[in-house]
Amino acid sequence: MDIIVALKQVPDVGAGIAINDEGTDLARDRLGFVTNPFDEWALEEALLLKDMTDGWVTVVSLDDPGIDHALYRALALGADHAVKLVGTGPAWIDSHRRAGIMASWIREQLYDLILSGVQAPDDLDGQLPALLAAGLGHPFASVVVAVEVTETGLIATQEFGGGRVGRIELALPAVLGIQGSLRDPRYVSDMRIRLASMGGGIEEVRSDGETGVPTAGSGLSVRRVFTPEASRRAVMLPASPHEAADAILGLLRERGLIA
Amino acid sequence: MNHDVLVLAEAAGDSFIDPTFELLGRARDLATAWGGRVLALVLGPSPDPSMLNADVVLTVSHPKLDAYTPEAHARAAQHVVAELDPKLVLLANTTEGMDLGAALSLWCQRPLVAYAVDVRAEDDAIVATSQLFGGRLLAEVALEGDRGICAVVGGSFPPARVPTRPPVVEVVAPPVSLDGVTTVPRGMPPGEDEDIDITKAPMLVAIGRGLKSQDNVAVAQALAEALGASLSGTSQVCDLGWLPRTRHVGKSGVKVRPRAYLSFGISGAPEHLEGIRESELIIACNTDEAAPIFDAAQYGTTADAIELLRALTSRVQQR
Ligand SMILES: Cc1cc2nc3c(=O)[nH]c(=O)nc-3n(C[C@H](O)[C@H](O)[C@H](O)COP(=O)(O)OP(=O)(O)OC[C@H]3O[C@@H](n4cnc5c(N)ncnc54)[C@H](O)[C@@H]3O)c2cc1C
Ligand SMILES: Nc1ncnc2c1ncn2[C@@H]1O[C@H](COP(=O)(O)O)[C@@H](O)[C@H]1O
Repeated sequence: MDIIVALKQVPDVGAGIAINDEGTDLARDRLGFVTNPFDEWALEEALLLKDMTDGWVTVVSLDDPGIDHALYRALALGADHAVKLVGTGPAWIDSHRRAGIMASWIREQLYDLILSGVQAPDDLDGQLPALLAAGLGHPFASVVVAVEVTETGLIATQEFGGGRVGRIELALPAVLGIQGSLRDPRYVSDMRIRLASMGGGIEEVRSDGETGVPTAGSGLSVRRVFTPEASRRAVMLPASPHEAADAILGLLRERGLIA
Repeated sequence: MNHDVLVLAEAAGDSFIDPTFELLGRARDLATAWGGRVLALVLGPSPDPSMLNADVVLTVSHPKLDAYTPEAHARAAQHVVAELDPKLVLLANTTEGMDLGAALSLWCQRPLVAYAVDVRAEDDAIVATSQLFGGRLLAEVALEGDRGICAVVGGSFPPARVPTRPPVVEVVAPPVSLDGVTTVPRGMPPGEDEDIDITKAPMLVAIGRGLKSQDNVAVAQALAEALGASLSGTSQVCDLGWLPRTRHVGKSGVKVRPRAYLSFGISGAPEHLEGIRESELIIACNTDEAAPIFDAAQYGTTADAIELLRALTSRVQQR
């Protein structure tokens, strides 16, 4: 099975959020970037399917900050080919444009399946997998937590609210938005990533306005971004496990939950 | 120009999901402001439509809509939206909302706002407030043009009042595009056995990926047993098979309201928090003091989850 995995870098807000001077976006120049965590699950699912079907995995992305490292990492993990679509402009690219740019490259490829993370923390104008599917005219599913291969296609398990799950069989090519997989995204050492990068294995493909790429944007204009009013923060108990345990049991006892 | 607001109603069993009623409530405010009608769209078998506080309930029936598939439901929704051209389409930001919102946006050439927590009318314009980075940031966005789609996070609006007079039900003929749909529903996953019902448990010990490995689940199980509590977890630990899916709490899992929710190694993603907000008491353990779970919890500690679980278990057992 030939699988394309769409990867994307997102601002790392782990150490705190910084907003630009205009108050209209994150201060992307002041933040680090990490791979969208759901994309890592998508890559893991792709690698599992590769093993199962003797397949081929291509990772593709735009020229996001820190993307080279992410692509080399994917190669070190077992992806067969990495493609970077360059010339599309820096910084904020909304999901509609991203999907349009990717779709115009994907359309020229041979593939059975496209996987991407079900969502990303900054996809204000909707999630990439369904946009890709709608643009390419493929069957699709979001919030997929398991994939089985069948004779004619594959069966995806989709999760809904209230603990409901459903299985659907899709004809290939199809697009899946991956929420989780049977295995934690695998680990690879920095050493192996460095080795992968010495292979020089990223193919750069120009895809600017010249190549007829659809550039329709999301049709949204962001007036301002802001942090929500400080919500109620937890009262912090001691960090020592023993003192914390005493405090927690005290709280449960006060409420009559334990004797 | 038509100023209607169309709500995509999502059926679940013999009713609709909570967000459907919440969207209908806000749809009424918006339709009043714009001078349009509230339309509810039900794709496939419909529970009693008189529950829906809408002016018109549109139903579409077709064998391909009997069970949910993204492909069929997106095609049917596209057909109705193109035909009626409502000013605004409101969806819940659920799995179905994620599938259909994006497809409708592209096929019907309308801007889409995802993760909305507020949708307002500013004269003729549609303005939304939307969550970014799991709710750590909000964005106020205006939709260009006079048509739009908003996918709204559950719990953002109060539910609509019970209708005083039943809505008009209109049957819409299914589009021919449904005949080309190839996706086939295959039912529920095999082997999902009967399990305890965690929504009935007075106390829950909840675990996340911070437990690091499946072997540590037993450490949490020991505390749950000592307390007479039930074990539950995040979607990711259920996906990994650490717990059965029946124990999965949150937006795609179940909503719980125990007297105490003790969480270990859970980050507190908005999808998880949606399921625990009505708990009487939330105590959270996470080594990252900036973890969003501490915004939902009354009490927190940055102790190591395994050490804390062991300390708690031995104390409870020694009582
Ligand atoms: C459409 C959709 C629906 C979803 N529905 C749900 C849902 O219903 N329920 C749900 O739970 N999720 C749901 N999710 C997934 C959700 O977004 C998160 O990915 C998930 O909740 C994260 O699980 P987690 O907290 O176990 O893992 P992580 O986010 O990886 O968090 C692990 C936490 O453990 C902490 N930690 C690490 N080591 C330790 C230690 N030694 N001691 C203590 N803490 C430690 C870390 O600081 C971290 O905060 C949904 C996602 C989508 C896209
Ligand atoms: N975000 C996008 N993703 C994919 N394709 C897009 C996107 N925006 C525009 N397109 C183009 O629009 C076409 C889809 O139009 P449609 O006929 O409505 O399905 C595709 O052939 C793409 O070339």
